[in-house]
Amino acid sequence: MSDFRKVAAGSFAAAFMMGSSAFAAGDLIINLDQTDPAPKKAFENIVAGFSRENPDVNVIVNTMNKEGYKTSIRNFLTAGAPDLATWYAGNRMAPFVNAGLFEDVTDVWEENGLNEQLKSAAASMTIDGKKWGVPYTYYQWGIYYRKDIFEEKGIAVPTSWDELVAASAKLRAAGIDPFTIGTKALWPTGGWFDYMNLRVNGYEFHMDLTAGKVPYTDPRVKATFDKWAELVKPGYYNENHAALDWQEAVPALVQGKAAMYLMGNFAVDVFRNGGLKDEQIGFMQFPEITPGIPMAEDAPTDTIHIPANAKNKEDARKFLAYMARADVQTATNITLGQLPVNSGAERPEKRILQQGFDMLSNAYALAQFYDRDASAAMAKAGMEGFQEFMVKPERIDAILERLEKIRSRVHD
Amino acid sequence: MSEQVLAPVSSGNSPKFSVEPATSGASKNRSSKWIASQRKFAPWLFLTPGVVMFLVYVIVPIGRSLWISLYEWDGIGVKTFIGIANYIELINDDAFYTALYNNILWLGLYMLAVPAGLMIAIFLNQTVTGIRIYKSLFFFPFVISQIVVGLIFSWFYAPNFGLFTRLLEFVGVDGIAILADERFVTYGIIVAGLWPQIAYCMILYLTGLNNVSPDQIEAARLDGAKGWKMLWYVIIPQLRPATFIAVVVTIIGALRSFDLVSIMSSGGPYGSSRVLSYYMYEQALSEYGFRMGYGASIAVVLFAIMIVFITMFIVRMLKDEREGC
Repeated sequence: MSDFRKVAAGSFAAAFMMGSSAFAAGDLIINLDQTDPAPKKAFENIVAGFSRENPDVNVIVNTMNKEGYKTSIRNFLTAGAPDLATWYAGNRMAPFVNAGLFEDVTDVWEENGLNEQLKSAAASMTIDGKKWGVPYTYYQWGIYYRKDIFEEKGIAVPTSWDELVAASAKLRAAGIDPFTIGTKALWPTGGWFDYMNLRVNGYEFHMDLTAGKVPYTDPRVKATFDKWAELVKPGYYNENHAALDWQEAVPALVQGKAAMYLMGNFAVDVFRNGGLKDEQIGFMQFPEITPGIPMAEDAPTDTIHIPANAKNKEDARKFLAYMARADVQTATNITLGQLPVNSGAERPEKRILQQGFDMLSNAYALAQFYDRDASAAMAKAGMEGFQEFMVKPERIDAILERLEKIRSRVHD
Repeated sequence: MSEQVLAPVSSGNSPKFSVEPATSGASKNRSSKWIASQRKFAPWLFLTPGVVMFLVYVIVPIGRSLWISLYEWDGIGVKTFIGIANYIELINDDAFYTALYNNILWLGLYMLAVPAGLMIAIFLNQTVTGIRIYKSLFFFPFVISQIVVGLIFSWFYAPNFGLFTRLLEFVGVDGIAILADERFVTYGIIVAGLWPQIAYCMILYLTGLNNVSPDQIEAARLDGAKGWKMLWYVIIPQLRPATFIAVVVTIIGALRSFDLVSIMSSGGPYGSSRVLSYYMYEQALSEYGFRMGYGASIAVVLFAIMIVFITMFIVRMLKDEREGC
């Protein structure tokens, strides 16, 4: 599937390049990386709402697929910039901020009281004491599981690591893959590493590691992998996961060949489309490993920015303020099936989202995600190492040494 | 091919030019100067478009790559000169050796396309009803895009539902996910690449077979040659030009094997199917890359390998030209 989309991305990008030259005053050009049905709908609603309030602004939306967007953003930020572009919070926006390609929007935050309303995400939007964009949604990560299978096999929802391993052993004995995953695109492995490391060593250590301050050869990192090996070595993941994209790992869960899936909340939509009923889908927090370590969670935040080379920054600022508003974020996130960042927005009504909302509200701290917290070069090599570990766990020492070599080049 | 390119240039010096201005007559001295300068400039005039293209799209980029490979640069920020540090890192980079090894594998196994193409061409070189349809069916894989070939083979190899997995299960072997297994992934991709490449070599040989002289075959037959001997001593020597082109396009095809790797495995699992061109792309242009300098240094190494083959190709071509025609 994703291969199809990759191809499509190129043609979209080309079409957009041609389109952006036809440009008049009063136009507001937005580049979006959301092609899935729900996010697309959400943005259509936002644009419609904004146009109602600002009838003089002509909003033009260019939609590109996620993977293609990630590479084309570097081109369109430097040449033929749109007025708004979606991106991600944290370290992931640092290269563009440092290269002066994103506009400082601290004024939008101050004029609209966003420092209060978007407080939970303020830190991840701040570099050098300035704000560089507006967060509009975030979502929880956790283990999605088949409630009906758990009940049928008499498995209680695991609340500790030992229970999780025991549940896995029981599922394996029943001929069911305890976990399904597709690691072809590498990033799904990042979720696993994040949670293993957050639970074994805690948030502070994880942040130091992703910031490149701790060597990968540190015994504490090794301890994380030793724990992880308790799931890898007995074969508690589906076979051949390196050949699958994350969507291709979903059918196993839907068909009952696998029982659990560590994923972001966006996966729920895919589970439902695959044919799972709401009452079959359960959500649990990743269980505790080292007792007493406060539980931090992965909660990636999606954001929207004004490129420094934008032509219509005035209307772009209006649009940012509009997207940050509590009522808009409520409506947007109902369509998205995700969580609003604005503290004034309404709580979600759906059960799984509520569970996630409660989990994140009580979280000790929030991490963005391995490939957003770590620098790009490190993230790629790191996730490749995680994938190799999940296939060949016995190579862990060689993998960690390789990662350390890259870390010391990138950070020291 | 080469003669066609060179022919118009040499005709620029032909006496044709001296005929026309004779009509003006008035000052003979001036017009002969005019002719001389015309003779001097005309070839350059005709060469200019080609030279400009070649400079802009080939020579300058090669120079730029060499130059960028001495810098640390993320593509948007400041460039820092670091000398040959990129190359030193390359020497100590395991991923680079994996890619290099895979490139050699590609080069070696891709050459199978040449004999395979010849076999099919000989097989199809007969007059049966509907042979044109069979020929075009065999040529079909070369017509479709490499991306499509990659997708078709990804599905062919796919665990669970792929035809290949089903076939393996049918003969009693447990399903192997070719593209997720570091031992098989490169071979799996090369097989996918061979499919259109064989078709290409086949078409080259089919045209070559049209030009095989029937007299020689007749003569050989009278002398009692047949089967392998006929093929080896009579047919193949006459196919030399076709073989030469087939080898060259296959070598170049193997070295630029990028699209299939990208579509079928993205260099994975954990980088075990990378080739140099894909590694360069990953380092310089992909989502997590943007190390232009390092990417450029990989490109330079790839260029160094290619230049060996290109030189061989050019030397051979020049030699043929001097002897032949």
